[in-house]
Amino acid sequence: MDNESVITSILKPEHQIPIPKPLKMEEENKVTLHRTWYSPFAKRVELALKLKGIAFQYVEEDLQNKSPLLLNYNPVYKKVPVLVHNGKPLAESLCIIEYIDETWKNNSPPLLPEDPYKRAKVRFWTAFIHHQLHETSFAVMTTCGEAQEKAIKELSEKLQVLEEGMKEFFPDGSPKISNDSMGILEITICSLFGAFEIQEQVLGIKIIDPEKTPLIFSLLTAINQVPLVKESAPPFDKTVATLKAFRERNLSSIKS
Amino acid sequence: MANEKVKLHGFWVSPFANRVKWALKLKGIEYEYMEEDVWNKSNLLIQLNPVYKKVPVLVHNGKVILESFLILEYIDETWNQNPLLLPQDPSQRALTRFWAKFAEEKIFEAAFNALCSHGDEQKKAVQLTMEAMEKIEGELKGKQQFFGGESIGYLDIILGWISYMLPVFEEVGSVQILDPVKFPATIAWSNRFLNHPVIKDTLPPKEKMLVYFQERRHIISCANLGWIKF
Repeated sequence: MDNESVITSILKPEHQIPIPKPLKMEEENKVTLHRTWYSPFAKRVELALKLKGIAFQYVEEDLQNKSPLLLNYNPVYKKVPVLVHNGKPLAESLCIIEYIDETWKNNSPPLLPEDPYKRAKVRFWTAFIHHQLHETSFAVMTTCGEAQEKAIKELSEKLQVLEEGMKEFFPDGSPKISNDSMGILEITICSLFGAFEIQEQVLGIKIIDPEKTPLIFSLLTAINQVPLVKESAPPFDKTVATLKAFRERNLSSIKS
Repeated sequence: MANEKVKLHGFWVSPFANRVKWALKLKGIEYEYMEEDVWNKSNLLIQLNPVYKKVPVLVHNGKVILESFLILEYIDETWNQNPLLLPQDPSQRALTRFWAKFAEEKIFEAAFNALCSHGDEQKKAVQLTMEAMEKIEGELKGKQQFFGGESIGYLDIILGWISYMLPVFEEVGSVQILDPVKFPATIAWSNRFLNHPVIKDTLPPKEKMLVYFQERRHIISCANLGWIKF
């Protein structure tokens, strides 16, 4: 046995960290997505890869018991998603999506527009959803009583802002989305609110009200009909159960 | 490109607006500057940026671009002459954007908290700032002159506030963050950055910044202690 084999055979499988080697032919161009099935951020990258028709492998991570590999690939945040391409790890979903778009620029659909001004507008609203809506949505999901009421009100206000913002992108009010027209904005809103019906079932409240935010409602409905989105959606019951457990865990940690 | 109308709405002490100034100057783009009073916002600013009501706002031939990160990318894509602000290689670009995002979320926010807080809360904020800065220090080791290589790039511009504003935060908050033992590469980069011809004449006067941030610290402390309700 060579030294490397001796060392790796002594370490328990969960402690083994791959020793970097020069890339073999088959490893070049290999794409791996480190994710959890329930992470909305990992979902974004999954959708981007699938939309572009890029072959990739999944590595399911356990965030309660982080693998040395994940910690090695993302030492700064220690989170999913991580995309590994040509042996190089990349973290942060929106950075990864732009990387995918630039690297596989000949694969349609383009995930961002060509024109710099349109790109800036798409990035602006994507960042708005990512920074403003995720945090508030998380608060709605993980609180109760007065704190939840406050978060619900804030979410409602921010959704109104998004509703206004989306009018420029879908001026006729009825978005028609297909595999070919999904971009970073659709991916991001889908990752957060694609499962809005499940969220509403778990919380017992309306999150995306077709009367208050008709455009966002239509947009999400259209996105959820896109074949790739439909087939990438995890099972309904599994998601409900996980979301319920997630909420319970957070509520009991507040009480304790 | 010479006849294109470029207008930057900024605020004299805003580090975010300064980023855009630097980018425009580095690219040799002529622009008109409009000073906004962020404490008494003009109707125009609110009209241009109804979502956040903030500076900077770039207006280029009537097109409105918001958020300093996005404005820098817009400038780099629209005026794609040298110097290029972002690297060409997609994986380098992804890393550049990653570090910019990290620095904004982890360093700037924590440093501003260190400026405005007291006691244990301030100690914690200083600790968080320094932990985050260690990562940036690590990134600087082995780099040439700047994050961008031989010339200033996107990440230098995003982090540029560290060179001239962080020392002001330290002085006003009576804390030390830029420890020369812990951050030799950062301090060396900072000095090179400050001495760059495009940068050195665009900095707000230090005395004026000290007064401004002393007032900010006082107001925010009073608000946190419940003395002033906003």
